[in-house]
Amino acid sequence: MIEMGRGMMAVWRRNADVFFKTWKTNFLPSIFEPLLYLVAMGLGFGSLVSGLIYAGQPMEYIRFLAPGLVSISAMYSGFFECTYGSFVRMHYQKTFDAIVATPVNLGDVIAGEILWGASKSLINSTIVLIVIAIIGWILFPAIRFTSLTILLIPPIAFLAGLMFSSLAMIFTAIVPNIDSFNYPFFLLITPMFLFGGTFFPISQLGVAEPFAYLLPLTHATILIRDLSLGISSILNGLSLLYIIILTTIAFYLAIRLMKKRLTR
Amino acid sequence: MSSVVVARGLVKRFGNLTAVDHIDFNIEQGEVFGFLGPNGAGKSTIIRMIQCVSPVTSGSLKVLNMDVQKQPREIKARLGVAPQDDNLDPDFSVLQNLTSYARYFNMPKDLANQRANELLEFMQLEEKRNTMIDDLSGGMKRRLIVARALINDPDIIILDEPTTGLDPQARHLIWERIRQLKQEGSTVILTTHYMDEAEQLCDRLVIMEHGRFLIEGKPRQMISDIVGDCVMEIVGADDEAEEYLRSTGKQVERSADRLYLYSNECRNIERDFQELYPKSQSIIRSSTMEDVFLRLTGRRLRE
Repeated sequence: MIEMGRGMMAVWRRNADVFFKTWKTNFLPSIFEPLLYLVAMGLGFGSLVSGLIYAGQPMEYIRFLAPGLVSISAMYSGFFECTYGSFVRMHYQKTFDAIVATPVNLGDVIAGEILWGASKSLINSTIVLIVIAIIGWILFPAIRFTSLTILLIPPIAFLAGLMFSSLAMIFTAIVPNIDSFNYPFFLLITPMFLFGGTFFPISQLGVAEPFAYLLPLTHATILIRDLSLGISSILNGLSLLYIIILTTIAFYLAIRLMKKRLTR
Repeated sequence: MSSVVVARGLVKRFGNLTAVDHIDFNIEQGEVFGFLGPNGAGKSTIIRMIQCVSPVTSGSLKVLNMDVQKQPREIKARLGVAPQDDNLDPDFSVLQNLTSYARYFNMPKDLANQRANELLEFMQLEEKRNTMIDDLSGGMKRRLIVARALINDPDIIILDEPTTGLDPQARHLIWERIRQLKQEGSTVILTTHYMDEAEQLCDRLVIMEHGRFLIEGKPRQMISDIVGDCVMEIVGADDEAEEYLRSTGKQVERSADRLYLYSNECRNIERDFQELYPKSQSIIRSSTMEDVFLRLTGRRLRE
């Protein structure tokens, strides 16, 4: 168990070292993307929106949107890292082969990769959160975070990152080639991006609303938005439970499928 | 002498294909042991089982007195593996490839740095320490892979085709280093397609085909047992000449327009032959491991 943790951390360190070698370019998208979204969607599009009600409260569109950008960032960071990133290391760079020749076992490698994917979710979504907080303070008073519960957002983003990274690793274990990642992105990630409670309240979906609750992103968005707005409800506990259960299942499944793929 | 690798009735199957078919062998402490054979003979599969990354189908395989199925971490901590494929980390420089690899062995940072620098010197890569992997030549990559295999000061060094595709200079450097490691008491396990390499380096070797051993022994001994001390190569011999050569009772093989005669007394045979068939050309050379290999595995192409 100790050895497994050690192996996992060595793999995590490898990826972290590579990331921080080029941190300036790695941080740029997380800094500028929320800016673009807030201006385009929040200001441009949001000014057309009136009468938005979330959790029984009327609110300005930009205030509703901002936390959604944090959860989108958590999803994309972890999912990208453990699909394209892990696949390149596994298939093209043969990095996994090199590592399993040491006392580190394949299970440790996959766990380390998922942990790193979650760390990227944490890093990127925290940057997005900070950027939004600063812009909110200066330009958009409507966003202004007033509750200290926003401090809980990074740990939630990390947990959501574990979930998306584990799901991503399942696809990495089964795709025949790198182009096949178009399928999970097209069939899973893009629909979540649009319908996961990010750009509009899922209550707008009418009869389809229950389906939105099946989507992992919906629950990450609920938690992050409610923490940023200082809202607490029974739904938060259920969302947290959903994320923990799905993460546990996906994590074990990912490791199992990866072992199946790579052990010959 | 104690055995560092012991295999008994070792079998590896991939679906219907039996890649390794009930083999037994011991590798002794401090020797250079070679696995030779055509492509697909099962060499790499054995290597992968020894390094605990490919599960054994049946039979037993012990490395350093530990079972590969039960104690893979402990075994792997004491092995150094230089794989056939280049799997250096392209995201890191030469030096970082060694230091990041040391971390997988849980080596303290200072020790890792010290070892890495020693090994760069050992493999003559000091000047490339900050170069990225993509900017290295093939020979440099190979040397770095060997250096990386030594980072944990292993008891057993596994070199899977260490000189494939290298120029003669790089090849000789690697040979020298292998001899040096052997002198320092390391056990070396080697696979290769180059028969001169096997003859030069191996204390003992096996030649494999279809997952089985065709022969096992010391290279020089094998050569004199299987093909004799010398080979007479004849060009332009007609059927009658060939018939005559076969009538000497020696091993004769034909490959296209060339005949090979294996013997211990080539000079006498050549003298008589030249008198009878002056139009044929012949030369005599010492027999090599390559003759043994071709004699046992045949001259037709594989795969």
